[in-house]
Amino acid sequence: MTAPAPATGPANLVTVRGLSVRYGDHVALQGVDLDVREHEIFGIIGPANAGKTSFLRALNRMDEFVPRMRVDGNVTFAGRDVRSVRNLYALRRQIGVVFPLPVGLPLSIYDNVALGPRLAGTTGRAALDEIVERCLRRAALWDEVKDRLDGLGSLLSGGQQQRLTIARALSQDPSLLLLDEFSIAVDPVTTMRIEEVLKELRRELTIVLVTNLVQQARRLADRTAFFLGGRCVECAATDALFGGGARDQRTNDYLEGRFG
Amino acid sequence: MTPPTVAPSAGARSRSAAQALDRRDRAWWQDLLARAVVGLGGISAVLFIAAIIVFIASQGFEFAWHRLSWSELLTGARWEPTAKPPSYGAWPLIAGTAWITAVAMAVAVPLSFAAAIYVGEFATGRRREWLKIVIETLAAIPSVVWGVVGLQVMNPLIQRLFDTPVGLNVLNAGIILGLMAAPIMTTLAEDALKAVPDAHREAAEALGATRWQTIRKVVLPHARPGLSAAVLLGIGRAFGETIAVLMASGHRLLPPSSVFDSAATITATIAAELGEAAVDSDHYQALFVLGLVLFCITFTINLLADWLVRGGRGRA
Repeated sequence: MTAPAPATGPANLVTVRGLSVRYGDHVALQGVDLDVREHEIFGIIGPANAGKTSFLRALNRMDEFVPRMRVDGNVTFAGRDVRSVRNLYALRRQIGVVFPLPVGLPLSIYDNVALGPRLAGTTGRAALDEIVERCLRRAALWDEVKDRLDGLGSLLSGGQQQRLTIARALSQDPSLLLLDEFSIAVDPVTTMRIEEVLKELRRELTIVLVTNLVQQARRLADRTAFFLGGRCVECAATDALFGGGARDQRTNDYLEGRFG
Repeated sequence: MTPPTVAPSAGARSRSAAQALDRRDRAWWQDLLARAVVGLGGISAVLFIAAIIVFIASQGFEFAWHRLSWSELLTGARWEPTAKPPSYGAWPLIAGTAWITAVAMAVAVPLSFAAAIYVGEFATGRRREWLKIVIETLAAIPSVVWGVVGLQVMNPLIQRLFDTPVGLNVLNAGIILGLMAAPIMTTLAEDALKAVPDAHREAAEALGATRWQTIRKVVLPHARPGLSAAVLLGIGRAFGETIAVLMASGHRLLPPSSVFDSAATITATIAAELGEAAVDSDHYQALFVLGLVLFCITFTINLLADWLVRGGRGRA
């Protein structure tokens, strides 16, 4: 199938049609149609159990971790149906993921960032040095750790570990970055720093930002989708959505904090 | 005590409250009893160990102190306690034990690690549960059964496959011991793998790591202390096993020079000769000294395993 790209404006990097996700008998996500355009920050907001995380998992096929998870529908990335790609690992290398809780692998800071490139076959020390420094700089962590790259990544503070996780997610030059409530375990100051980083990154890649903070989506996202109870209620330009342009009353209620 | 029918004065209430502070009620006695029983059970392990050391040492002490040359015991090439003059060189037994244990580990380590990785990382749901039950059942097979397998199955098999006159040798005993040690090592190794957080696996796979890369680069390094402990406990098990080795090794009192040589182990020698040696004779006492040597080895191994596991926990 061909994604109907608009005549003008950026092309779609991700198209989602009729996506549903089930865990056994429980339906987590149903009938979602969305497009994510290149070089945008696409925000997804919604209360708990709205299906936000399931949506992310379907994008880079992380469904294998949950034995009873079933994904139906059509998801394309860069024009390819993600369910038909032969090299799943190459797909995942092009899609970086940041989980809600920082995962500092029990390796050195350097090895945490170099892990992905190494697994993909990069071995030259100079090349790895360059990647590690570039990614740590982009994640606004370099200045804090440049003197102790051999220290254990799992011993950093929560906020530092989350930035380390972002650096690791960037280590393979992904064209799409998925962030799942990255600020849950991070203090407000660090959150603002990471948000600045994300605004910078938009020039180089596309970001899907799942967030439990409505205002975070407002600050960062170009377009925002509102998920509720496993359905995408609506998706619109963030300015329009927050400027009172929501078509659905439930969206307005959520944005104004009347339920959550 | 009868409940007061009228509301007690404030003074009386505080007095009865003060008395309650010293009352030994049912729960108080139960707690005391439970602590005593549990404490006794806990300490009993120490008592048993101490008693065994004292017993073994006392049985061999007189001989070990006055007439035994320790250098001969540890390096002497002839174990002939009934010859005249007797010779107490335990080197053939130590070498036999080491050879057989080495073969056993060469069998058990790959087998048990592969099994642990399959059960812990790949098998899911019902198959996983079944496998775990089967592996635990395998650990419960009596060692004499394994001995019979060595004698009746492995022996002719080795004779035919390798064209050797005797199939009861280091290879036979090592394989049998390896198969015996593998289940417990699998269980321990799988526990070590299970202790690695799933978040680490997810993080690695989200980077595009294959399952095998995730296991090799993230899971195994993290689980290394536990895996080392599993190997060491397997070695301890192999060192201490007696009857199966006695049946499968051929029990030849010479140091082996290849896996096709028959050999004898420390444990098997003690088991085979203790019944024949006159109580308190030099031979009898020498066997207890052997027991002490064995005890020291296994004790060191267990201590090392414990230290490894602790070191790993302290680091992570």
